[in-house]
Amino acid sequence: MPQPIVRFTDVTKRYGNLTVLNNLNLDVEAGEKVAIIGPSGSGKSTLLRALMTLEDIDEGIITVDDEPLTHMPARDGRLVRANARHQRKVRGKIGMVFQSFNLFPHMSALQNVMEAPVQVLGLDRKEARERACELLDMVGLGEKHDHYPSQLSGGQQQRVAIARALAMRPKVMLFDEVTSALDPELCGEVLSVIRRLGAEHSLTMLMVTHQMGFAREFADRICFFHQGRIHEQGTPAELFGNPREDRTRCFLSAVNEAQ
Amino acid sequence: MNLFDWSFAWHILPDLLRASLNTLTITLLGFAIAVAAGLLLAIGRRSRHLWLSWPVAGLIEFIRSTPLLIQVYFLFYVFPNYGLNLTAMQAGILGIALHYACYTAEVYRAGLDAVPRGQWEAVTALNMAPLTAYRDIILPQALRPILPALGNYLVAMLKDTPVLSAITVVEIMQQAKNIGSESFRYLEPITMVGLFFLILSLGLAWFVRRLEGRLELAPR
Repeated sequence: MPQPIVRFTDVTKRYGNLTVLNNLNLDVEAGEKVAIIGPSGSGKSTLLRALMTLEDIDEGIITVDDEPLTHMPARDGRLVRANARHQRKVRGKIGMVFQSFNLFPHMSALQNVMEAPVQVLGLDRKEARERACELLDMVGLGEKHDHYPSQLSGGQQQRVAIARALAMRPKVMLFDEVTSALDPELCGEVLSVIRRLGAEHSLTMLMVTHQMGFAREFADRICFFHQGRIHEQGTPAELFGNPREDRTRCFLSAVNEAQ
Repeated sequence: MNLFDWSFAWHILPDLLRASLNTLTITLLGFAIAVAAGLLLAIGRRSRHLWLSWPVAGLIEFIRSTPLLIQVYFLFYVFPNYGLNLTAMQAGILGIALHYACYTAEVYRAGLDAVPRGQWEAVTALNMAPLTAYRDIILPQALRPILPALGNYLVAMLKDTPVLSAITVVEIMQQAKNIGSESFRYLEPITMVGLFFLILSLGLAWFVRRLEGRLELAPR
């Protein structure tokens, strides 16, 4: 049995008295596509942010590709809190796309995608440019290389952000409500890029989403989050078709009503 | 008697211009040091490590809360007792640079704080080293909105250079006072010094405004 590429073991995260992740356990297999749904404040985004090291966790351990991310072995072999350097080494395998795009406003689309491969991976500019062009073509922005974020629509910006994350060749991609800031008619172009990614690459994907239709059609597994833990999980057919838990049913019918 | 004597003005002009070179050197060199040191102080103050951020914050508040005059007095008259011997010019430049570094540090801090958190998150997600992140992503965005404030301090610093006459630096104001005490004519030298500062301040302000235009972040 292959080791999972991402493993959360008894992970707890608190903000003051509020427990956002509560003894969470989650294994994600390589190549698996996991959609995370649930009411707001249930810890969905925190899960992704902890995996990207944007949040420190209070207890538990996260491993990526068999290597601890939040911890590292000390001289005597015990695991201690990871320092910045260790985190940098391990999180290189992870890429993330944000709800609010977070493109660099002073750089063109092409520069946005080229920057990290040049500065972090040490690619020469020619190679980085080729990689960036390829990716921008893939997300359907072949004509917009020289546009700045302010000259692009939200959907276009988000597609640049996806290309930017992919340029680092991550093994795991995190999508944090990537369509929530978009007008409905712009969601489609972003979702179809993600759909193509899933079809053409063996990338592992974790996505927090409110697009139930997309989650159902795209994901291998759905995790329903409630109060900082996975309340129920299963294949889309199981979870949407025949939810076992009251809380899940309640959430799904509320969402259905809204849509 | 009190009318402006043009031939006297013409006569003292070379002396004033020579002294103005000191004023310019102090301002330009001092400001170059101030903007560099101010940036380091600002980054230090924002550090998550308390052993760094607290002493830096203390230093900034200490220097901002005491007069420049006292600071340069210490540098020039007190520190030699402890083995630090600086010429008047060195002490003056160092003193004024440190003083303004602490003011610019607070300006940088405002600029850095104004960069959206999402930019830091993107930088982390792309695994950039802190140095690269600051240089390529954070600073370009932080600098643009604070340029006018930095420009203000450049002009303020220029106008503070006469303070250094207290530690025997002969900048343009001191030269004018020397001329006055020798000739008992103050009208011409002081007027000329005033004009010098006026023209230079306006020139620097114009230069900063042009810089702002050129550093426009991205097309709108």
